[in-house]
Amino acid sequence: MSNTIISVENLSKQYRLGMVGSGTLREDVVGWWYRVRGKEDPYLKLGDKNTRDTKGSSNYVWALKDVNFEVKQGEVLGIIGKNGAGKSTLLKLLSRVTAPTTGTIKAKGRIASLLEVGTGFHPELTGKENVYLNGAIMGMRKSEITRKMDEIIDFAGVERYIDTPVKRYSSGMYVRLAFAVAAHLEPEILIVDEVLAVGDAEFQKKAIGKIEDVSAGQGRTVLFVSHNMKAVSSMCSRTLLMQDGNVSFNGNTDEAIDRYLGASAKGGDILQHVGDFEGNNTSIEFLETKVHVPSNGVIKTTDNIPISVTLRFTETIEEFHLTLHLWTASEIRLLESSTKAIKVQKGDVKTFTYNIPERLLNENQFMAKFNMVIRRSTVIFSSPIVIRFSVVEAVEENDLLWYGKSNGILSVKIDTVVI
Amino acid sequence: MISEQENWSLVIEPREKWWNFRLKEIWSYRELVLIFVRRDIVAVYKQTILGPLWFFLAPIFTVVAYNFVFGSIAKMSTDGIPGPVFYLSGTTLWGYFSTCFTATSNTFTDNAAIFGKVYFPRMIAPISTVISTLFKFGVQLIMFFCLIAYYMLFTDANLEITKWAWLFPLLVVMMGGLALGVGIILSALTTKYRDLKNFIGFGVTLLMYVSPVIYPVSAVPDSYKWFIKFNPISPIIEAFRLGFTGVGTVDAIDLVYSGAFISVILLIGMMLFHRVERTFMDTV
Repeated sequence: MSNTIISVENLSKQYRLGMVGSGTLREDVVGWWYRVRGKEDPYLKLGDKNTRDTKGSSNYVWALKDVNFEVKQGEVLGIIGKNGAGKSTLLKLLSRVTAPTTGTIKAKGRIASLLEVGTGFHPELTGKENVYLNGAIMGMRKSEITRKMDEIIDFAGVERYIDTPVKRYSSGMYVRLAFAVAAHLEPEILIVDEVLAVGDAEFQKKAIGKIEDVSAGQGRTVLFVSHNMKAVSSMCSRTLLMQDGNVSFNGNTDEAIDRYLGASAKGGDILQHVGDFEGNNTSIEFLETKVHVPSNGVIKTTDNIPISVTLRFTETIEEFHLTLHLWTASEIRLLESSTKAIKVQKGDVKTFTYNIPERLLNENQFMAKFNMVIRRSTVIFSSPIVIRFSVVEAVEENDLLWYGKSNGILSVKIDTVVI
Repeated sequence: MISEQENWSLVIEPREKWWNFRLKEIWSYRELVLIFVRRDIVAVYKQTILGPLWFFLAPIFTVVAYNFVFGSIAKMSTDGIPGPVFYLSGTTLWGYFSTCFTATSNTFTDNAAIFGKVYFPRMIAPISTVISTLFKFGVQLIMFFCLIAYYMLFTDANLEITKWAWLFPLLVVMMGGLALGVGIILSALTTKYRDLKNFIGFGVTLLMYVSPVIYPVSAVPDSYKWFIKFNPISPIIEAFRLGFTGVGTVDAIDLVYSGAFISVILLIGMMLFHRVERTFMDTV
């Protein structure tokens, strides 16, 4: 017997878009008639790839199409992908909320899911009553819950409120309590979806610790779905990247994350504009502007970002300065940086490269433009925005302080001294 | 690849056999039923002052109204027993049926939030409803018994408790079973196509008029009696009256017929419900 604990084979899920009406009834009857005669439902042959933003040819989409993977005992498997890539559908099938259209899921042991949290919490019931309710819904025995009650309350840190109806809870307390119940479920397979989006840093740390504990200490399996790359990177040994209902990558977590960030940063974010705009000065010709993008297609906060502009000069200029102006996409002016005084001859072609140091810009979109000043006072040329680029936050080891995105425009590390 | 011999404890496939009701699984979730029942009962009275006393008000007003309209104005037969006793015996049992039926027929829509997030046998929800409604029924039953005691002790009304009263638990189970059966059939039929929902409200009222709630079977003209007796609710209500008031038109065969009818309804209900429960989230 192998130690495979979940095996997913050719799993697909078809959804029908649009409204339910008399047309739906007709299709249902036709589909049923085909099945009665032992034939394949003709509507299963239809269906587009599930891409949100393009118009499809039929009313059927495949939220998941022929997904195959296996999970081993004790593994923490990350599942990442853009919104609509099929992550939630996959979890819904795994947690038996809905049945697949085709394919099979086989599993050993109890699967408990945290699809969001606080399932079945009744606002009028007290915290304690809800722990029983929630625990039982997730398949716990009453005696089991009673035994773990103190531990659950302690983990959630809501002791004072435990006999208060949960409708009086803050959203954070609500989530803590809900997660605490789930964390004490002791299922063989735990599905975690986006719990870390809520709760403060302290609780996030606790939650991550618990998940790691569950997998490493108790040998249980965790499927972890998140948009939070830091959390995925620090917890998951292997990661599935979902794209348009398929598993587009299955393997090493860091590689999956790089591919994911690459895929999501593409799409016109990096504009390498060749200067064909009308200049307001005839003595300069823009040949090329460029941001150097690493080979994986992503600029990270830990990358040095060279921005360059190539110009041809049609006249001799005795002394000038070329200035880079950097803005955020929301038009906050960040900085300007000038070259030293430069002299050019007529016909010269020069490339100016500005190296933006690593750990300066935080995750955001930026834009750049240039202008040229002579005699330290007169602007003889001012370009429009010629470069746009995105920076994504790098995932770093040993950075377990905070699992959320860092705020702010800058990502400068500041040395801290504690006395 | 995985060898076939591995012992998977859970296999999820697109379709299941229609007769695979997973009764064993439902049984293993029995504690959840109790917790749901508790939730239903407790949650209704949180933040009310009178609590379960509210259960008394509805039947009292109903009985007063029935007594006035059907007794004083229409002068319909009450089989020779005092009007309030007669109407309360009818509405108490009927109330249990109609509450259960209306609630279970909304199983999927009412529980969509929970069902959408976590798996447990969906039948747990309607089963819990039928059980938790027993609480309300029990409270009203106490009121009914008090009324009988009053008439027997302080008036010379012709009331009698007969050996049919022993069948009472069975009658309640039958009533609950029927409500569950019809309710889950409707809940299964209305998840995707809501058309039938429009029917539920007045359907319940219509059904009451073809059940001996406000009149006794004995008062039905012979030519229509077969129709009233075809209704599986009739023998239950009549047997209940025969047990606690001493009047009623029912025999063992009527009850066996009713039991058989209810079993068939329940079976059909489980089949339909089971077909729908696996994918209802996609259409609800």
